Amino acid sequence: MKNKSLISINDFSKEDYFNILNLAEEFRQNPNQKLLENHIVASLFFEPSTRTRLSFETAVQKLGGRVIGFSEASNSSTSKGESLKDTILTVSRYADLIVMRHPIEGSARHASEVSDKPIINAGDGSNQHPTQCLLDLYSIRKTQGTLENLNLFLVGDLKYGRTVHSLLMAMAQFNPVFNFVSPPSLRMPTEYKDHLEELGVKYYEHDDLNENINHADIIYVTRVQKERFSDPMDYEKVKNAYILKNKMLDNTKSNLKIMHPLPRVNEISTDVDKNEKAYYFDQAENGVYTRMAIMATMLGLK
Amino acid sequence: MKSELTVKAIENGTVIDHIQAENLYKIISIIGIEQIETEVFIGNNLDSKKYGKKAIIKIADKFPSMDDVNKIALIDPNAVINIIKDFKVVEKKQVVLPEKIKKFVKCINPKCITNHEDVETSFKVVKKDGKIGLKCYYCEKVTGQNNIEIIK
Repeated sequence: MKNKSLISINDFSKEDYFNILNLAEEFRQNPNQKLLENHIVASLFFEPSTRTRLSFETAVQKLGGRVIGFSEASNSSTSKGESLKDTILTVSRYADLIVMRHPIEGSARHASEVSDKPIINAGDGSNQHPTQCLLDLYSIRKTQGTLENLNLFLVGDLKYGRTVHSLLMAMAQFNPVFNFVSPPSLRMPTEYKDHLEELGVKYYEHDDLNENINHADIIYVTRVQKERFSDPMDYEKVKNAYILKNKMLDNTKSNLKIMHPLPRVNEISTDVDKNEKAYYFDQAENGVYTRMAIMATMLGLK
Repeated sequence: MKSELTVKAIENGTVIDHIQAENLYKIISIIGIEQIETEVFIGNNLDSKKYGKKAIIKIADKFPSMDDVNKIALIDPNAVINIIKDFKVVEKKQVVLPEKIKKFVKCINPKCITNHEDVETSFKVVKKDGKIGLKCYYCEKVTGQNNIEIIK
């Protein structure tokens, strides 16, 4: 896979997923591998994303590499009117690998066409964020021992949530049962439900979080953003229906893990944090190992 | 037959027939008629038993490639291409939907890179419930058949 870019989770096969996940596990067990010594990684964040950027930069440093880049577009030549193509062509001459986050959808794909160095898409608008998806897969497999035959609850904003869409597309290949919990106005889009029907994957839709979660292997919570509601009253009516509280977990399965891409606001109450089923901070840590694995793979170093 | 006579016959060339009247102007922009220097005859709102109103385009001395012809399928899958030699139809071709579409259709997503930078559009043709959609290679959003807009 050397010099291949990572643009969309849909470009990857099951085998590609497993290669990355296995390598991520290897980095967890032995993080001191200076594979990126003498390598420069460009970290181009045309829109801010502190968490993703720090996770990538940590991954580079753990591998002994160096980072150049910027954390928002106002610090880059884009603010002077430079095209993305020119920025990428220039940075390709400096760096061995480019990690980029950009608000325009398809920007990473375009960059991968003009660059002769691998591109890793760290989010292109509402389109794709494949490294998040791979770290989610890693976290699920790490905690459940498998990706097959799991009961997954996706909770919150299922309409606009890029993370849950990618996770759905990836997990749909492993014979899961999906449960979608969201306000009626933020349901999973039809195109994704159609896709599940084509594959024969079962799914159920719910308006609130209730005792159904007692069957869950994974509860994946995302934020319901106030901005998504045209009428603020509608938000006020539903906002409390999607808050996960510790007492709701009393009768859940012992292998259950609660995941969240973070940042959390109030959708998982802080009393859940001490519960051993809470996994979101471990999930964030897994992001570092997963990104180490992705970079090493793209550069053909592993 | 009546419509064939309404629009002047050509000796040699291509006739695009059985176009639904409402699709005529989109098809004109797809095939780039403004760049054709030979005679072109266009009839619109002609009576048709099949559609009520149909349109026809006759282009003298030009024989388009199948790639060009198949673009028409995006707009009007029922259009028929007749190749004319010595005033006679020597070949009838049904348009076939291509697998990929490049350049001439605009992506419906205003946040797509192709609407922001100088990037040629590129789509995979997808079908859903008998309707055609174009899945953007860049932003992965689907432009539906009803929303197809031609780039000039």
